[in-house]
Amino acid sequence: MSLSVARRAHATDGYAEIGTSKVRFVELLRAGFGSLGQRPVRTALSALGVTIGIAAMVAVLGLSESSRADLEAQIADLGTNLLTVQAGSGFGAGDATLPEDASASIARIGPIESVTGVVTLSDAVLRNAEVNSEATGGLQAAAVDLSLLTTLNSSVAEGEWLNAATADFPVVVLGSVAAERLGITDVGDGQQILIGDQWFTVVGVLRPFPLAADLDRSALMGMGAAETYLGADLNPSTVYVQTDPRFVEDVRGVLGATADPENPEEVEVSRPSDALQAQLAADSAFTSLFLGLGAVALLVGGVGIANVMVIGVMERRGEIGLRRALGATRRHIRGQFLLEALALAGIGGLAGVGLGSAVTAVYALSQGWRVVLPLVAIVGGIASALAIGAVAGLYPAVRASQMSPTEALRS
Amino acid sequence: MNAQRTVLELADVTKVYPGHPPVHALDGVSLTVSQGELVGVVGPSGSGKSTLLHVIGTLDRPSSGAVRIAGHEVSALSDARLSAARSRLIGFVFQQFFLVESMSALDNVATGLLYTGAGPLERRFRAFEALRRVGLGHRVGHRPTELSGGEQQRVAIARALVNRPAIILADEPTGNLDSATGAATMRLFRDLHEGGATIVIITHDRDLAAGLPRQVHIRDGRIESDERREAVAAR
Repeated sequence: MSLSVARRAHATDGYAEIGTSKVRFVELLRAGFGSLGQRPVRTALSALGVTIGIAAMVAVLGLSESSRADLEAQIADLGTNLLTVQAGSGFGAGDATLPEDASASIARIGPIESVTGVVTLSDAVLRNAEVNSEATGGLQAAAVDLSLLTTLNSSVAEGEWLNAATADFPVVVLGSVAAERLGITDVGDGQQILIGDQWFTVVGVLRPFPLAADLDRSALMGMGAAETYLGADLNPSTVYVQTDPRFVEDVRGVLGATADPENPEEVEVSRPSDALQAQLAADSAFTSLFLGLGAVALLVGGVGIANVMVIGVMERRGEIGLRRALGATRRHIRGQFLLEALALAGIGGLAGVGLGSAVTAVYALSQGWRVVLPLVAIVGGIASALAIGAVAGLYPAVRASQMSPTEALRS
Repeated sequence: MNAQRTVLELADVTKVYPGHPPVHALDGVSLTVSQGELVGVVGPSGSGKSTLLHVIGTLDRPSSGAVRIAGHEVSALSDARLSAARSRLIGFVFQQFFLVESMSALDNVATGLLYTGAGPLERRFRAFEALRRVGLGHRVGHRPTELSGGEQQRVAIARALVNRPAIILADEPTGNLDSATGAATMRLFRDLHEGGATIVIITHDRDLAAGLPRQVHIRDGRIESDERREAVAAR
């Protein structure tokens, strides 16, 4: 130790100090980008894999967020406080109906805002008497309480809803699908349809019910009309219940016993918005799948970068040798090639984020969704591109730095 | 300036490449070069002259013996310190020039200062000075592809000069040039030598070396002869 100190003291006597090799970071960056700029086609092709991977991931996240936002808006719009009570198909339950007073009993539960019973009728719904009575086109007739539009947050598209007077007369309001299938677009001139063997006048057409698609295919009349003209039993098959949103679960718990105290186990209580929630969950399962595929593409892109970098190191032995001769340390060489790989992956990542955002925007707009680009997708996309670049560049960079200067200069 | 100061000192340097049998590329070479000397190291291919250049240039370590450059014992230095020594003490000129095609002559010369930590303005200013010294002050903005072979080698020489090294090492500097351009390049080395630079030129060409004030002949890893010509006749 002391010997080497003495020797150095002697050695530097009157001579220049060696000091250390220094290079500005910006020079390494310039060297990395400069080499990419010299081979634009190769740069573009080798960044393409990362671009595709990142674009896929950004688009998947963007699209799933956009569709989720749309679905969430729908759910918020519809409310999650709508419950349906249906006659189940338990043992010994002949025809699946609830007791006639089910609606009235349910209405007595405290936190209930609105109740509507629906009686499904077996009579065929036909455009006129010439039509084969089997050809109902999947339409059905139903008798409903007047509170239907309140309970289901809906409204009429055309004409008017039933009222206390028309509920007892041969008058119907059509669901949106029913109106379309029957070819009724204008309700002004008192068009009639045949239900069973009784003519009914159409006075209105409803907007679609997102949470009760059955009603869209129905011709709806008042309870009184069904009893008078079709001789129907008024046992509801379904009761729609709108509850105070704070007590949905509590109400749900007592609905079965309230609707049919004798056979509570034969009553099915469900929440239609659960179907949309399930759709949300299903969407996120798909999202994970596509994210996984994007990650695979990204990985392949990383392998592509590593491959191109290894070839680049072999081709640029002369440059490496020259830089070592000019005083570059192993660290400088390693840093230069690592930065080059990072720049390559970064370019690919930026392009991927741009492409993925564009795909998201175009598709979301075509679906009428709000365009949502999650920040995590953009930041995460660029970060994962850089991470893959660092991993892909490590081996070539280390290999370049380990190359002995004499070997690099031999050509 | 003390003309007698030693710039390069090799003491009993050997370089053995392992193998069967091992190759003794350098076999006990001792050589001293003083400041301001212009030395030709001459030998046929396989004589060990390239290994000698690598050892002098600190690109390779000797198997044994001592190498001292500008007073620094380099065989004991770490790789990073050797790199630093190359960035400040040594300027290289290669047979293949090793210029960067996409850079102007000025920027190519400025890369000679890249690893000294000098700022971009200083690098370019000194690069311009160096290009003027080699007679290319009028072609600073040209790319290597727009220059003749002789001009390219001048750019490379300017790059070797730009860090004001203690010693310039040239490896077959005229190997890729025709004889007229080669002679012009040798004149440039002699001009630089007269300006005080210390230069070691490695070549297999005896005629080329014959015009140099000192010739070291090397064969089979040993120095055969070391001749000084007192008065250099202008050729």
